[in-house]
Amino acid sequence: MTAGNISVSETPLVLYTLRRADDALILGHRLSEWCGHAPMLEEDMALANMGLDLLGQARELYSYAAKVEGRDNDEDKFAYLRDVRQYRNLLLLEQPNGDFARTMVRQFFYAAFADLYWRVMMRSTDATLAAIAAKSEKESAYHLRHSSEWIVRLGDGTEESHRRAQEAIDLLWAFTGEMFEVDDSERGLIDAGIAVDPAPLRAQWMKRITGVVAEATLTLPNNGWMQQGGRSGRHSEHLGHLLSELQSMPRTFPGATW
Amino acid sequence: MYTQAMDTMAREAKGQVQAVKSAEEQAREAAFEARIDAGEFIEAKDWMPEHYRKTLVRQISQHAHSEIVGMLPEGNWVTRAPTLKRKAILLAKVQDEGGHGLYLYAAAETLGVSRDELLDALHSGRAKYSSIFNYPTLTWADIGVIGWLVDGAAIMNQVPLCRCSFGPYARAIVRVCKEESFHQRQGFDALNVMMTQGTPEQRAMVQDAVDRWWWPSLMMFGPPDGESVHGAQSARWGIKRISNDELRQKFVDATAEQAKVLGVTLPDPLLKWNAGRGHHDFGPIDWDEFWRVVGGHGPCNTERLAARVKAWDDGAWVRDAALAYAARQATREQAA
Ligand SMILES: [Fe+2]
Ligand SMILES: [Fe+2]
Repeated sequence: MTAGNISVSETPLVLYTLRRADDALILGHRLSEWCGHAPMLEEDMALANMGLDLLGQARELYSYAAKVEGRDNDEDKFAYLRDVRQYRNLLLLEQPNGDFARTMVRQFFYAAFADLYWRVMMRSTDATLAAIAAKSEKESAYHLRHSSEWIVRLGDGTEESHRRAQEAIDLLWAFTGEMFEVDDSERGLIDAGIAVDPAPLRAQWMKRITGVVAEATLTLPNNGWMQQGGRSGRHSEHLGHLLSELQSMPRTFPGATW
Repeated sequence: MYTQAMDTMAREAKGQVQAVKSAEEQAREAAFEARIDAGEFIEAKDWMPEHYRKTLVRQISQHAHSEIVGMLPEGNWVTRAPTLKRKAILLAKVQDEGGHGLYLYAAAETLGVSRDELLDALHSGRAKYSSIFNYPTLTWADIGVIGWLVDGAAIMNQVPLCRCSFGPYARAIVRVCKEESFHQRQGFDALNVMMTQGTPEQRAMVQDAVDRWWWPSLMMFGPPDGESVHGAQSARWGIKRISNDELRQKFVDATAEQAKVLGVTLPDPLLKWNAGRGHHDFGPIDWDEFWRVVGGHGPCNTERLAARVKAWDDGAWVRDAALAYAARQATREQAA
């Protein structure tokens, strides 16, 4: 047994599934970092709750990826024994928690997308993905409601909360474009009705977030330049630190059963 | 454990002078005591002696503080849990502890004190929380051992409180105990996997954690009965029904058997079954250590309190924003 990296046969369906699993794990992990340190007890509970939803999604998606791949990988090997260059999550989701405003804006941008995305994915011709989508959509709807309410409270709260929320939006905006991108690997799955094309969801996503942001008396940047690279393993520097913590036990104790 | 206030306040109460009571007051108190003797629940709206109210606020809030400070040592491993399953179990557990804090603060609030006031007492160091949480979680095995021993001791301590005379507290405790027993089983299971399917290194990790947590767990039941002056009145009020030493003995008897099943050694050379007593004998507890940790000189006292204060202070602008928004909404609704 080794604690080195596993190798993965990234067929389109395996890659597709790992990308979504990594999204859920990395964001879930970020939310779990708040545990015990939130601004109020109710938020400790809510952040843990959302973290648990995402962790649950990740586990189902990893297990499905393992099944599709058909080698001896499993949820834990995917999570604990791939390095930064093998992770496939969106850059947005690995961004550090920052203050509560930044955590909520990250959650809001993603949940507004995930809710739309999983709803359409419920019609996937792949029965497992359709089932995971149905569960994830319900959870995302709650995450969206929760984070939208906070965006409004923070934006239309005090001067300080308004400033912090606006700073978070300005900082994270450049990471939102990646959610709507499609590469060749995914194009085939979209054509086969297994995956859905996120690009057409962009207009609806914009409409949703624009409404909330306006109610919050905040503004969206005009800046059209977008970061990308997470889907192919070109990450920000933050992910390596997250993984070194997340993976420390299995890397230190190869072959142990917990 | 979580009820340590009951024990430490006895020391502070010594020397306080009892005020003279009027005849009317005495009659009300007699009626109150009669209800308690009849096994009735006292509800928040009912008349109660001031000392009863104060004792309850102190105990319930200390219990609540223990739940939320207790999130910290375990939260320390949420981001490093060794499998996704264990990560989910731990995160859900820590979330439950937050939930316990919420029910308990709500129960205390029925006695006319706000959560903010109670938290202020915690943050300023006036209120205490269980001293067990002033020990560090150094390895993953500590998480299993906390579930097994600390949640185990909490259950032992709290089950009798389900029949406590104050209704809102008793009802909160019923919910809390259900979840604590779940936590204990999960902790035991995590250790059992390490002991039966693990490597020698993992088994050593479990033993090391047991060695560090055993004695502090026994201290969770509070000082020996002889030193616990408040006992009699609290027992009559059903706030504390079974003595510290009796509960500790029950805990030792139960865990000694579980340790055998696990295959770990409890770090007490004097621990052995005494057929004559029908109980396990065990070695002397280092009460100097207990009072030292209660008094602020445990390994993590400073850090734990600082972490709570930091979370509270860092979150102030968020709470202010929520209040400002709610106030603005209320004004808008009035205008509409
Ligand atoms: Fe608890
Ligand atoms: Fe617990």
